[in-house]
Amino acid sequence: MLLERLHLDKTLFLALLVLAGLSVVILYSASAKDMTATSGHFLRLLIGFGAMILIAQVPPEHLERWSPYVFGAGLLLLLAVSVFGVVSKGAQRWLDLGIVKFQPSEIMKLGVPMMLAWFLARASLPPRLLNIAIAIVIVLVPVFLIVKQPDLGTALLVLFSGVFVLFLSGIRWRIILATLVLLGASAPILWNFLYEYQRTRILTLFNPEADPLGTGYHTIQSMIAIGSGGLYGKGWLNSSQAYLEYLPESATDFIFAVFAEEFGLIGILLVVALYVFIVFRGMMIAFYAQDAYTRLLAGGLSLIFFLHFFVNIGMVTGILPIVGVPLPMMSYGGSSMVMLMAAFGILMSIHTHRKIVEH
Amino acid sequence: MLNIPIKDYFRETRLFNSRLSIAAVGVLILTLILLVRLVYLQIVSYRHYATLSQTNRIKPIPIPPVRGLILDRNGVVLAQNFPVYTLEIVPEQVDDMDALLEELGEIVRLNKADLTNFRKQLRKRPRFENLTLRTHLTEEEAARVAIKRPFLNGVELQARLQRHYPLGNVGVHAVGYVGRINEQEMERIDKSAYRGTRHIGKLGVEASYEKLLLGRVGFEKVETNAYGRALRVIERIAPIAGKNLYLNIDARLQVLAERELGKRRGAVVAMEPATGAIVAFVSTPTYDPNPFVNGIDANSYRALLEDPDKPLINRALNGQYAPGSTIKAFLGLAALETDGFDAGKQIFCPGWFSLPGSRHRFRDWKKGGHGAVDLHDAVVQSCDVYFYQLAVTLGIDVIKNFLAPFGFGSKTGVDLIGESVGILPSPEWRASRGQPWYPGDTVVTGIGQGPILVTPLQLVYAMSTLANRGVGIKPRLLRAYEDAKTKDSRTMVPETNNEIPMDDKRNLETMIHHLESVVHTKKGTGYGIGYNAPYRIAGKTGTSQVKSIGQTEVYDEKKTPERLRDHALFISFAPVDSPKIAVAVIVENGGHGSSTAAPIARKVMDYVILGEAAVDGKRKQAKRKVETAPETREAPNPNGEAETAATSDEQMVVNSDDTDENL
Repeated sequence: MLLERLHLDKTLFLALLVLAGLSVVILYSASAKDMTATSGHFLRLLIGFGAMILIAQVPPEHLERWSPYVFGAGLLLLLAVSVFGVVSKGAQRWLDLGIVKFQPSEIMKLGVPMMLAWFLARASLPPRLLNIAIAIVIVLVPVFLIVKQPDLGTALLVLFSGVFVLFLSGIRWRIILATLVLLGASAPILWNFLYEYQRTRILTLFNPEADPLGTGYHTIQSMIAIGSGGLYGKGWLNSSQAYLEYLPESATDFIFAVFAEEFGLIGILLVVALYVFIVFRGMMIAFYAQDAYTRLLAGGLSLIFFLHFFVNIGMVTGILPIVGVPLPMMSYGGSSMVMLMAAFGILMSIHTHRKIVEH
Repeated sequence: MLNIPIKDYFRETRLFNSRLSIAAVGVLILTLILLVRLVYLQIVSYRHYATLSQTNRIKPIPIPPVRGLILDRNGVVLAQNFPVYTLEIVPEQVDDMDALLEELGEIVRLNKADLTNFRKQLRKRPRFENLTLRTHLTEEEAARVAIKRPFLNGVELQARLQRHYPLGNVGVHAVGYVGRINEQEMERIDKSAYRGTRHIGKLGVEASYEKLLLGRVGFEKVETNAYGRALRVIERIAPIAGKNLYLNIDARLQVLAERELGKRRGAVVAMEPATGAIVAFVSTPTYDPNPFVNGIDANSYRALLEDPDKPLINRALNGQYAPGSTIKAFLGLAALETDGFDAGKQIFCPGWFSLPGSRHRFRDWKKGGHGAVDLHDAVVQSCDVYFYQLAVTLGIDVIKNFLAPFGFGSKTGVDLIGESVGILPSPEWRASRGQPWYPGDTVVTGIGQGPILVTPLQLVYAMSTLANRGVGIKPRLLRAYEDAKTKDSRTMVPETNNEIPMDDKRNLETMIHHLESVVHTKKGTGYGIGYNAPYRIAGKTGTSQVKSIGQTEVYDEKKTPERLRDHALFISFAPVDSPKIAVAVIVENGGHGSSTAAPIARKVMDYVILGEAAVDGKRKQAKRKVETAPETREAPNPNGEAETAATSDEQMVVNSDDTDENL
């Protein structure tokens, strides 16, 4: 079959295809029928799928060998951003390559799990204390650079991409517990390092009505959109919250609210099921993977995909602070699209290049 | 036994799979939390949110405040707000859009971009909204639309206020201008304070008093129906207009000084010593700030940038020049303050000076020399040799320590952003640049050459400090500001920087007497402006070298290319006994201070001391230019127009930038 010859996992590919199709339909509505935005999104999807297919052809052994270089290149680019980066909307995140501006921090969402999986897989698992310490340094250096941009949202995602790989590598529970206790104790100190607006956003979470026209506005309007969708929704192109411009960022970070308003709980169950299905397919791939590197990487990438999904929906439904994490595949203009699809390419490569395939 | 870690494949697999299962459970739990939340929102609270969605009809619309005016000390308007007209169309009121556009195209200029942009909005925006067709209509176009409007359904003419500088290029380096808020500024500013406001002070007073000028944004809470159509205003929090600023600048004097400099490059700063009030702040060439307000086009901007006369440079604030002989006014005082210095002792000036053991000759400006001179004569005739010797006698450290309190080498603290500090050199300063200090450096410092650099503002500050008999008052452009509505005003109080401790206060009077002789005695270099002056002036000429002249060369002004000719300087204050005004004048490549710079200073002093009538015929033109300038203060209620000024693209509900900044 064509898909198999292209090293594509049929199940995952079809699920992604459905999600992509759905995203175009929703974006058309959420962008207020803006054909430029919709076709732009479509084009990004095409590029993303292209990147996925391309990477799926690369055998995992090559990926493993390249891991340190991907990480190293990402690190250099992050340094370059802090020196030559373009400042936009208050943060220095972009590198301007003439034709495209891109965010090197996105590369790290792949670079960190690849590097960690490569590093941890070299020794036997579970990792020793020294290796854990080195692994933590590997994660924290890029995280620190991203925090400084400042882009706390991406930094946290990159941090978690490392944490997931470490967790899957089997580090002992007492170490995990000790870290959690330490973090809990230092929370008040970390709080002081946050910018004022970041603190406000966290506080707003607990009481959005405190400032209904300021920071709480996004959350309130988004909750109204979702809640008023009810069980069946208002129907496609009928999101009054988006059309009357109550809901800000309706085509980007808050696209899920538009979907919820138009398609109701029934539509949502479908979409959530689709996302969870994709996550579980990724975890299956990790389960069937045949060496330490590929299973750590596949598991880590699947979990980080889920985290994107969880954080975005959590933020839109008002249980997490507004951190500016787009909904993977759906949100418009995500410069993360290529990286996301590249991750799926890696999953497919891992699954379709196995040495022994049981029948 | 070798301690080689052996990978236990099965143990690893077991461990990994158990972790993967835990992760899977985690994923399920978190998903469940989301689902519970969604069920809560969409099923349990459905009625609540459905009602909210139906009644979600209150939109906050920002009303930008009116920016404060900037006026001179006599109330002449330097910066005001002028209505500009925007042509808008409400699609639902139009029967035949194509016909309407064609008709409008006949009375106003509509280019392709206007039409494409409008069609794009037409597709995307609700039909009851005002869509912008053209911005910046000319007065004539606006009038034509206004006449035709009763017959054109759905056409609206909106007036929005735009910053305008009625005197154009006059005083641009003091007043500055506003421009569109750019990305860097977006980071810096409090975004909520600028809702609906698109401009920010970029330079001059517009920038340094941005906070006072801006005012406070107001809000209108508008109730809309379920389709978003505005029904009524529920609550209105009126904006508070920015403060009106009254500057110390006298626009007439400013025009006069700018005219006196004419096409030459240079600077004039005039300041009241007692108050620090800057009454004229001139840097030439000037330029018109009006095109900058809405973004100057690239070609005009390049022309300004590439102009060899560099009009964009604020010479009064940032021009750093060798002070030349003007420094002698302060070095002479330093000598008087030095123990054991005999001011009456004459030294012989042969026209050149050499350090012991060196053949290098430091030349005097007067080829044959001044003969035997004491301090008085040396100041009056500006004898270089005397001051070469003096500098060597005092030593560079004494010079530096004495000049520093007069403001050399530090900011004067004027109320403008980005003041330059010049250079007050010392061996330490040189060492910090990795170079040694040579004895010759000390010698030339005696006549204000070498590494020493000053700004015109520093010169006038130093001269004012001398006029105040050692008390430095911070220079200030702002005289007072008033509330635009209540007219409550606050006058700025002079700020004393410091009083320079003197060993003997009489030394100040001695030095001032010498400077008076510069202008009022026949041998004085400033006698050209002093012989017929009806009041007493203390002044010092200066000529600062641009091109270094070789040991065997002779400087010939006529043969030197214009841009390598000497800069002409003059500093003064008057009247000597109760100083009303201090002036610093620099004319780049102007030749001699006495012939080029001093007459300009005299005119400025005449204006301040004797009044406008005493200045020659040119002042009539100057006066006319100021008087014909439109004054907004009489204009029909600009505030009222501002309130309807928010156009649809400014009606931002919240700052959509917010979500893009990640937590």
